[in-house]
Amino acid sequence: MDELLKILQSNALESRENIGRMLNLPADEVDRRIADYEKRGVIRGYQAILNEDQLDLDKVTAVIEVKVTPQREGGFDTIAHRISRFPEVRSAYLMSGAYDLLLFVEGGTLREVAAFVSERLSPLAGVLSTSTHFMLKTYKRFGVLMRQETSDERLSVSP
Amino acid sequence: MNGSVSLRDRLNRTVRDIPRSGIRDFFDIVTTMDDVISLGIGEPDFDTPWHVRESTVFALERGATHYTSNFGYIELRRALARYVLKGFGSEYNPESQILITVGVSEALDLALRALINPGDEVLYHEPCYVSYRATILFAHGVPLAVETRSENGFRLTRAMLEARVTPRTKVLMLNFPNNPTGAIMSRADLEDIAAFARERDLVVITDEIYSELTYDSPHTSIASLPGLRERTILLHGFSKAWAMTGFRLGFACGPAELIEAMMKIHQYTMLCASSLSQKAALEALARPENDIREMLDEYRRRRNYIAAAFAEMGLECHRPLGAFYAFPSIGRFGLSSREFALTLLREEKVAVVPGSAFGACGEGFVRCAYATSIDNIKEAMVRMKRFISKPIQRSA
Repeated sequence: MDELLKILQSNALESRENIGRMLNLPADEVDRRIADYEKRGVIRGYQAILNEDQLDLDKVTAVIEVKVTPQREGGFDTIAHRISRFPEVRSAYLMSGAYDLLLFVEGGTLREVAAFVSERLSPLAGVLSTSTHFMLKTYKRFGVLMRQETSDERLSVSP
Repeated sequence: MNGSVSLRDRLNRTVRDIPRSGIRDFFDIVTTMDDVISLGIGEPDFDTPWHVRESTVFALERGATHYTSNFGYIELRRALARYVLKGFGSEYNPESQILITVGVSEALDLALRALINPGDEVLYHEPCYVSYRATILFAHGVPLAVETRSENGFRLTRAMLEARVTPRTKVLMLNFPNNPTGAIMSRADLEDIAAFARERDLVVITDEIYSELTYDSPHTSIASLPGLRERTILLHGFSKAWAMTGFRLGFACGPAELIEAMMKIHQYTMLCASSLSQKAALEALARPENDIREMLDEYRRRRNYIAAAFAEMGLECHRPLGAFYAFPSIGRFGLSSREFALTLLREEKVAVVPGSAFGACGEGFVRCAYATSIDNIKEAMVRMKRFISKPIQRSA
């Protein structure tokens, strides 16, 4: 993967000048490349990675395994796109193995998520079955540990 | 009072006369201050790869808590033979030509003690790692320092060596990629040195602890050049590339007679390297490419950043090509490197190491390690720029 994208993935707020220094590129060239990635849809957006457990939010997250019937034209994509458009669905993946789609669904309460599954998701044509698991605690998201480990055990000067 | 005077008189003269490392003094000052950004740390800021740590815990649970063979676990020596053949292009018999040591530091000490008779001369290049000169003296050798220069990228040349060598010279010590300069040697550079070693019939001790950390071209080991394997002791370890400094694990590869002699000293003084550290090293060799690649890419970005920042602020610095050190010149400020480092520390709370800690010819330079986060480097560069942009009041 392009190193520029790696840098943005680890810190999207890094300035163009600093990225340029790291990659031996002029800042306007960095700008141009980022604009190009955005235009092509490679970069789909920029978000903060939150430790939501600290925020005491009125929110539950469910991981839902869904079995579906692929459509005659469009295979899994048609039904997957249809499901993905619900704002409650935060992430959706096509999987190999015992089920087809893996969804991360958010709602205000357990009841809300249950309602989404029974009233919106299950009745969709093509959905065969669902299996819902509620998330209890987050240890790591997007490669970032939620527990801060900042202590540097190193001596402050060493040979 | 009488007691301390007489005890000092009883000390071994060599030990008594060698000063403490200049780095040690500097460390004592830095530890009294808060909020210092340190570019003075000669070890990776990365954690040891998790699979290595996890596997070490498992080894502890399984009871790997006993003495090992003096040479080290044979499985580890076999894995090292494969790694060294692939990465350094030199083949060693794991039964007799590889010794596991307590870091490269012990390996260097063993190699010198195994070779040196009192008065034998050892050629080495400065600026260099702080222990070389002392280790030669402890082995009763005579250190012959060759000064490398910023203008040719701190590389070593045959002419420099020819100017210093005498008929009493027995050993040539090399360290590339270099601490503190970040210099490397190309294959062509090394071929000249190899020819010199062959013609002068010298034993070469090459400390290649930073070999995985080169940024623009792959590392060449002098041990892989024709006719050198038979006269070379290759030293390497896990501290830098795998971020395993505290494990204290190194190794030496060389001709069986030399390794056997080193093993005898090791056997009577150290017995063996830590069994747990050896297990950790074995796990580290399971997938070295994966472990090292990410760290190497990150070091390269930092190297680029620090080189660009020095250029922008007008601080002259040859481009570092390996290890994780930049070695800018501070000669134009009219301060010694120690004064410069102390003043920078007091005024801007940035710690760098005075170049003079690495030999007399390091005077006029400071070592800036980029083994720290890019955020720290960014802030350190802002502070250094501010520092050198105004008249400097020495505070030493």
